[in-house]
Amino acid sequence: MTNHPTRRPTYYEELRGKGYSRRDFMKFCTTMAAYLGLQASGAAQIASALQKTPRIPVIWLHFQECTCCSESFIRSSHPIVADIIIDNISLDYTETLMAASGHQAEAAKAKTMKDYHGEYILCVEGSVPVANDGVYCCIGGKSAVDILQESAAGAKAILCWGSCACNGCVQSAKPNPTSATPIHKLVKGKPIIKVPGCPPIGEVMAGVLIHMITFGRLPELDRVGRPKAFYSKRVHDTCYRRPFYDAGLFVETFDDENAQKGYCLYKVGCKGPMTYNACGAMRWNNGTSYPIQSGHGCFGCSEENFWDNGPIYRQMANFPGFGIESNADKIGIIAAGVTAAGIAAHAVATNLRKKKLIHNLVEEGKEAEKEL
Amino acid sequence: MSQRIVIDPVTRIEGHLRIEAEIKDGKVVNAYSAGTMVRLLEEILRGRDPRDAWAFVGRVCGVCTSVHSLASCRTVEDALGIVIPPNAEMVRNIMFCTQYMHDHVVHFYHLHALDWVDLVSALKADPKKTSEIAQSISNWPKSSPGYFSDLQKRLTKFVESGQLGIFANGYWGHPAYKLPAEVNLIGVAHYLEALEWQKEIVKIHTIFGGKNPHPNYLVGGMACAIGLDDVSGINAERLAYVHQLLKDAKTFIEQVYIPDLLAVAPYYLDWGAIGGGLGSFMAYGDLPTNGYNDPSSFKFPSGVILNKDISKVHDVDLRNDSEVQEFVSRSWYDYEEGNDAGLHPWKGESKINYTGPKPPYDFLNVEEKYSYLKTPRWKGNAVEVGPLARVLIGYARGREDFKEVVDSTLAKLNVPVTALFSTLGRTAARGLETILISQWGLEFYDQLISNLRNGDTHMANMEKFNPARWEFTAQGVGHSEAPRGALAHWIVIEDKKIKNYQLVVPTTWNASPRDAQGNMSAYEAALVGTPIADPEQPVEILRTVHSFDPCLACAVHLYDEHGKHISKVKVM
Repeated sequence: MTNHPTRRPTYYEELRGKGYSRRDFMKFCTTMAAYLGLQASGAAQIASALQKTPRIPVIWLHFQECTCCSESFIRSSHPIVADIIIDNISLDYTETLMAASGHQAEAAKAKTMKDYHGEYILCVEGSVPVANDGVYCCIGGKSAVDILQESAAGAKAILCWGSCACNGCVQSAKPNPTSATPIHKLVKGKPIIKVPGCPPIGEVMAGVLIHMITFGRLPELDRVGRPKAFYSKRVHDTCYRRPFYDAGLFVETFDDENAQKGYCLYKVGCKGPMTYNACGAMRWNNGTSYPIQSGHGCFGCSEENFWDNGPIYRQMANFPGFGIESNADKIGIIAAGVTAAGIAAHAVATNLRKKKLIHNLVEEGKEAEKEL
Repeated sequence: MSQRIVIDPVTRIEGHLRIEAEIKDGKVVNAYSAGTMVRLLEEILRGRDPRDAWAFVGRVCGVCTSVHSLASCRTVEDALGIVIPPNAEMVRNIMFCTQYMHDHVVHFYHLHALDWVDLVSALKADPKKTSEIAQSISNWPKSSPGYFSDLQKRLTKFVESGQLGIFANGYWGHPAYKLPAEVNLIGVAHYLEALEWQKEIVKIHTIFGGKNPHPNYLVGGMACAIGLDDVSGINAERLAYVHQLLKDAKTFIEQVYIPDLLAVAPYYLDWGAIGGGLGSFMAYGDLPTNGYNDPSSFKFPSGVILNKDISKVHDVDLRNDSEVQEFVSRSWYDYEEGNDAGLHPWKGESKINYTGPKPPYDFLNVEEKYSYLKTPRWKGNAVEVGPLARVLIGYARGREDFKEVVDSTLAKLNVPVTALFSTLGRTAARGLETILISQWGLEFYDQLISNLRNGDTHMANMEKFNPARWEFTAQGVGHSEAPRGALAHWIVIEDKKIKNYQLVVPTTWNASPRDAQGNMSAYEAALVGTPIADPEQPVEILRTVHSFDPCLACAVHLYDEHGKHISKVKVM
């Protein structure tokens, strides 16, 4: 990230000012390094970056969403993350937490957009309804479509939090009545990072932000724009119940004897074999558990169109079990293919005036996608 | 002459809420509450597997996460005639209590406190005096002069950096702030402590439901099988973890939340006569101790109080089609039989018809339709739902536990019972029920342990999970008390699929627009009469609106039986 002309305190200086010891600081760096999948030396790299990098302003927009992403973010569990990440990124706009309302809130956003043009990180929670002139989501009298364009213009990068912003999530499930559209289809020429999940794991959200701040660049992304650190492995591959799958030991119905023994949930609908996420490796809420550990199958909430991928409790089709690895892996590839194809399938404009604009935006979005 | 002001976005809430208010002679004389975002989830549910509905409607809200999933499971269980095992009832109750404790504490500190606590004033506090006050109100250990002085240094540095982040452009220094600097500093300290604490209590959801936000539920019970002799199941370690978290939460509530509430309230007793609003209240009741089908066993009783008359509590019947009805006279929808009809949710029918101004706009046309929220009524009455309704109904029903917390608090603050009908009363009621909830959570835990000790390890009733065992048609209703108030879902199932799904949620009761007769709903009614010192800085409006804890994503929903809404949209 480029330095702003005025000297701003570094994270480390901020921390010391707030009463944290150097030891607290190093502990934080080590934890983040572990989550980012870095070698031991990575902790030193993070420490060094945080001591030199000034605070980066963040604008966090809310559109069609349920605020589960913001809630997940504040669950991030590292000892000092609630203080450091929320305070030290300078979260200049978020409807969930900011003190000011109405025009005072809008003024705070406008100031950051002006003073830090080209420097701020834009976080987006929620999809954008493009039907009917965008009237299905208005904030401060403006449509979400317009707010997104205006805020994206000066952003350094765009972080799409959760499945709503990444793929439209529940409101884009059939028949997608408001034409809920994910962000990458509406914004052109900006680096876009997708952090899918309903919601994403809190520590993953913190991890992605920390990566950007620490290294001054985007984390390495896969071909659909997700950080590889957290989305390159299937839940199935990191699941502690995997040996039961390989051994052909399955839960037949919930609460049966096999469920009490913790057997594999594949037959009661687990979508772990086609879901790319870090749940099996990191688990949720500081490693407390994850859906499969608590007896319910994964339903693939980080995957494109997961709400339309068949009923939750139906055993995955075309996936003859019993540990045949080639089939398991094939499913993974098919799932990824569906993701890429599904991206083109959204966005129906109905209003004549906006139709052309939205058409252009979608085209631009496709271009942006290629650039990723 | 009156002046029209707009607050949009209303922040520190869930979702997208807009308030337009007319101010005259330093008071709100008229108010309009509008929901400005819609997702149409009810339409998306049509044709889907009823057993999946809990997951879809769970995504109605990530702040009051889990409450819609619970209501949905009960709705489908009601339709299919499923009775869940006692263990599952207790796990659901414990998760319910967890949600309340999390939600109410986060509301008090992170969504509401900055309406009463002046962050900038805290910089001038005397740490020694702050410590004395803190120690006089609570045994909470983090209360030394050094603790407050370190915090103050940290705050000063933060403010001096010029990057105020979420605190930028706040209403600091506004004359409506009345707390001494020392109490402000305590408030800020606990704002930060509560932020750390809230991520702990939710781990109970993670243990039973696999994650939070959005833990998993299951029609027929819960998916977290008991496996006392297996590392994968709910075993002694998992249960001990839950127990510890419940005890820690109770400590935090008793030593931080409630003492703070009682320390702040005396400076704002004038708000015990502001923001009362409708004076009519409704609760559906919840927390079964002897099964969901025995409402007499509920910890939260149900009922309706009309016109502040707590001598009479009316009963509620969610199946009676002349009781709960939804109207769209002032909402951006159309009904087949005309705009003034009221429909019971089982027959819920609506078509979206946005007739508001084309964005960008400065004002809504409040003389016509002005919100995506429908307007629900109980036997034609506008009612308030939420913590104040629950506490008043528990009190009016003569329940000892409610009487005890209410009477002792009124005595401490030296105010009459009528002070409850107010903004301050609403905020206090939320704290009072949290005291009860923190005790009940441990009771449910003990009951779960007692069941397990007696050899009952059943966690789900799977007899009717297979759709082959369902009748061709079925209809059900399931209710709950969400943190923000009375919540119910209605379902019609046909040929193993959802034919109609309707949600009538707390914020729809409270934040809805006027009805056909022009009667206001709770937010609008509560705002009338609110004093405004400076129309440019309307923090007083935020106090009353926040006292309801708005949740707009929940409040806006729509089902279109024709599936043709988009082609029918009229654009002005």
